[in-house]
Amino acid sequence: MVPTNYYVILSAVLFGLGVFAFIFKRNVITIFMSIELMLNAVNLAFVAFSQALGKLDGQVFVLFVIVVAAAEAAVGLGIIILIARNRQTLNVERVDLLKL
Amino acid sequence: MGWAMTAPLVVFFGLAALAVIGAVSLILQKHPIHSALSLIVVMVALAGLYLLMGAEFVAAVQIIVYGGAIMVLFVFVIMLLNAGVEEHTSLSKMAGPPGLLLVLALAGFIAATVARSGASVQAATQTGALSSTKGISEMVFKDFVYPFELTSFLVLVAILGATVLAHREKS
Repeated sequence: MVPTNYYVILSAVLFGLGVFAFIFKRNVITIFMSIELMLNAVNLAFVAFSQALGKLDGQVFVLFVIVVAAAEAAVGLGIIILIARNRQTLNVERVDLLKL
Repeated sequence: MGWAMTAPLVVFFGLAALAVIGAVSLILQKHPIHSALSLIVVMVALAGLYLLMGAEFVAAVQIIVYGGAIMVLFVFVIMLLNAGVEEHTSLSKMAGPPGLLLVLALAGFIAATVARSGASVQAATQTGALSSTKGISEMVFKDFVYPFELTSFLVLVAILGATVLAHREKS
């Protein structure tokens, strides 16, 4: 029996790594992958608390999060394809039309 | 008991190390395809952790949807766009150390908060024989039936949106 704390601390670590990847990486696809990493970390916390409380609500929420992540991935990758087609780059620093 | 390494703990630390190594590798790899493969390692490790927690349905969905569908989509797009090694400017390299500090503070704060308030969560009853798949199906199709139907609409909109976005107009 693994304590719930361990799962939640692992979840915090993975979320932190996802945040760091999000602000450090420069490739738009990798940034998108770091968002998926953060979603996964939150899912881990959901399942851990679901197990600790003996209720299944958390696991149902995880299913919904996964569905939303799938929809997000489909639309987001469509947007990335458009960026690559219109600006011939995947570097977020080159996508700066809104910058002053 | 204390720090006695029981079998679930060993499995937990193995999978946790795998997940953290995969996440660090996602950051360190320069090529997006290597980052994507690292992320697959993280997802498989998390699926193992779900199995360890007795959430076998979530573990299966994690493998099928995340590892099987979403990551294939990512790898496919990386190959489609022929994404190369990412380039860092001096400004973006400068963002590393402060960002690392910020992230350490965030993760430390969350971990400290959880470690302090964990006792209240621990007190819950341990129902080992929780029939997770059957229970989830009952919840999804009874209590959460309207959100469930809404997600089908969401997926439909996402499919249409992706099609419209990626469609090349012939002018």
